[in-house]
Amino acid sequence: MPYRVHCMVCAGTGCVSNRSLEVRDALENEIRKRGLQDEIQIVTTGCNGFCAVGPLMVVQPDGIFYQQVSAKDVPLLVEEHFIKGRPVQKLLYKPPEAAAPIPKMSDIPFFKHQRLIALRNRGLIDPEKIEDYIARDGYQALVKALTEMTPEQIIEVITKSGLRGRGGAGFPTGVKWQKVRQAKGEPKYIICNGDEGDPGAFMDRSIFESDPHSVIEGMLIGARAIGARYGVVYIRNEYPLALERIQIAIQQAREYGLLGENILDSGLDFDISVTRGAGAFVCGEETALIASVEGRLGDPRARPPYPAEYGLWGKPTCINNVETWANVPPIILHGWEWYSQIGTERSKGTKVFSLVGKVRNTGLVEVPMGITLRQLIYDIGGGIPGDKKFKAVQTGGPSGGCIPAGMMDQPIEYIAPDGKREARDYLDLPIDYESLTDVGSMMGSGGLVVMDEDTCMVDVARYFLAFTQDESCGACTPCREGTKLMLDILNRIVDGHGTMDDLRALEEIAWVVKQTSLCGLGKTAPNPVLTTLKYFRDEYLAHIEAHKCPAHVCRALNTYRIDPVICVERGHGCGVCRRECPEKAIFGEKNQPHRIDQTLCKKCGVCVEVCHFNAVIVE
Amino acid sequence: MPKLKIEDLARIREQARRATLLREGAGRVKITVHLGTCGIAAGGRNIMTAVLREIEERNLHDVLVTTSGCAGLCSREPMMTVEVLGQPPVKYVDLTEGKVKEIFAEHIVGGKIADRYALAVGSERVM
Repeated sequence: MPYRVHCMVCAGTGCVSNRSLEVRDALENEIRKRGLQDEIQIVTTGCNGFCAVGPLMVVQPDGIFYQQVSAKDVPLLVEEHFIKGRPVQKLLYKPPEAAAPIPKMSDIPFFKHQRLIALRNRGLIDPEKIEDYIARDGYQALVKALTEMTPEQIIEVITKSGLRGRGGAGFPTGVKWQKVRQAKGEPKYIICNGDEGDPGAFMDRSIFESDPHSVIEGMLIGARAIGARYGVVYIRNEYPLALERIQIAIQQAREYGLLGENILDSGLDFDISVTRGAGAFVCGEETALIASVEGRLGDPRARPPYPAEYGLWGKPTCINNVETWANVPPIILHGWEWYSQIGTERSKGTKVFSLVGKVRNTGLVEVPMGITLRQLIYDIGGGIPGDKKFKAVQTGGPSGGCIPAGMMDQPIEYIAPDGKREARDYLDLPIDYESLTDVGSMMGSGGLVVMDEDTCMVDVARYFLAFTQDESCGACTPCREGTKLMLDILNRIVDGHGTMDDLRALEEIAWVVKQTSLCGLGKTAPNPVLTTLKYFRDEYLAHIEAHKCPAHVCRALNTYRIDPVICVERGHGCGVCRRECPEKAIFGEKNQPHRIDQTLCKKCGVCVEVCHFNAVIVE
Repeated sequence: MPKLKIEDLARIREQARRATLLREGAGRVKITVHLGTCGIAAGGRNIMTAVLREIEERNLHDVLVTTSGCAGLCSREPMMTVEVLGQPPVKYVDLTEGKVKEIFAEHIVGGKIADRYALAVGSERVM
């Protein structure tokens, strides 16, 4: 008998850590108990993207979206929805300002404004079943590429589609493929770069988890186009679920003969192996990644020669990001005309973003290029929680920059600094302030960290620099020494010891590091510093000249005092701050105003956290 | 598993698609079996099973089945509502497994309402 209901339980990393697998087990038990196992199918899917409200599930064919489901909700859910056909109100999604919940997934703003290409199968298939992928036109693009198209035609379609590298650099994919195809040397290699190291970014992980076959199919088409024999999927070891799913997918593809020799009797030989990265950020850089695959230390080298000519084992190698590969099959299947209609003049198609930080609907979204930050943060992200003011968004992780609220209405796309459409590797762009708003910071790999008024931009710059300083491989002097010097200066500034000379030195060192570092890590490491200096210089000045942190984040610059009126009238001098203060810096009697001795205060902020009456004022 | 040929891929796609089409929420016909307390007591579960069996035997890919609560006419249960895309819904009453078979042949496949079992065409006005 066919199933009448498909219950799609999210089993992405976010929902699994919120115990969605317990929900699945409870559902299976309950359904068996009620004899519905032949009518209702429980499917575990990859990430749906709306991680903020997980564990979540979608009941098809009605498309009812349930959020924050726990195992104890299951009996009611089965009784009400699966038997009586009534969606369970209390598990439906309700936006904070709305009066009634929204039952249908397709009506929820978070989903409604998205357009899925790379994530086309998320939530709709079981990522561990190749049949589910095939049902959604999986491997049809491969058939088309093998039977109806020459390699040159494939490259032409990819080039005309306008697809650009989704890892952040935005290099035109078709151009790269053409270079590798023309390069001399056999065998040729294909690498899928899944070394996603940016804090707060999880686009690649999610694609591996929800639709691993889309990456394999993309690589197969790439192999046909450039004449590659072997493929490597490079994946972070910190992504155990993604690793497991891509390995299962590769195994299934091998069993079906979709990897191996003479694939689909076409004469194409191609196989994929998996290399696990040990967690070094620099291995996301292509030459370091290749070194790591070869078993050497993950050190980058100078380019040229580019991997297209001299890559893995010294052979021509095509490296593309996970998301780029996942975009290839739909472009081949539906044509470049279809794909190039989506997006803007300069930037075609869609982009996956991980939306995190001070935003209501954190999660993973895929939107057409050219969308504005305002649409992303307010329409999809649901705005800033707690009625706080939106201050900035950090794009592209440690290599990216901070975009201020004032630029919220600019479309997000790849921008060449001279306004021309010709596409270039962004690392080779002339360096000036304006180009900071180009690919490097405006687009990035897709990590979007939203910040509200309570965020200190100097502290943000310090945070990201501490990350890159830690991850710098040390091979070249500018990056090794420069990031350390910059971090020292930023630490001085947030501690209140910064001077105007420090600020000048910071800026100068940043440009030197940017211009003279060996690889992308060093070339982009100063971006958070440079963009915050450009858009939030007043905050740096406040730290240095007024010894104040406007967002009250840098504690060393704060002054804590207790409002005597609130303390007595509301709190009756309760004394909780006095008891909790680790420095015994607070004095006072019950029913009397309390007082902080500034000479003893170490500015830890505990008094603010423990006071129930908001009597502690931070200045 | 023997190595796949292009025709095999098409066959697997057809089979798998049949099993997963439901997830896309698009169908030509939507059948709602009323499974309130009254519907269940009158044998609605058997009607549900009969509906699903018909879909399987007739190899239909475009029929969605869902449940709902009591339709308000408890004395005429088991009931089901058949909604062909673009046409008003039809409520069938006093169902048996045999009647379900006939309704499938005439209405869902044949396109002609089996009016001898139909209560009414259309629905109440809501709000």
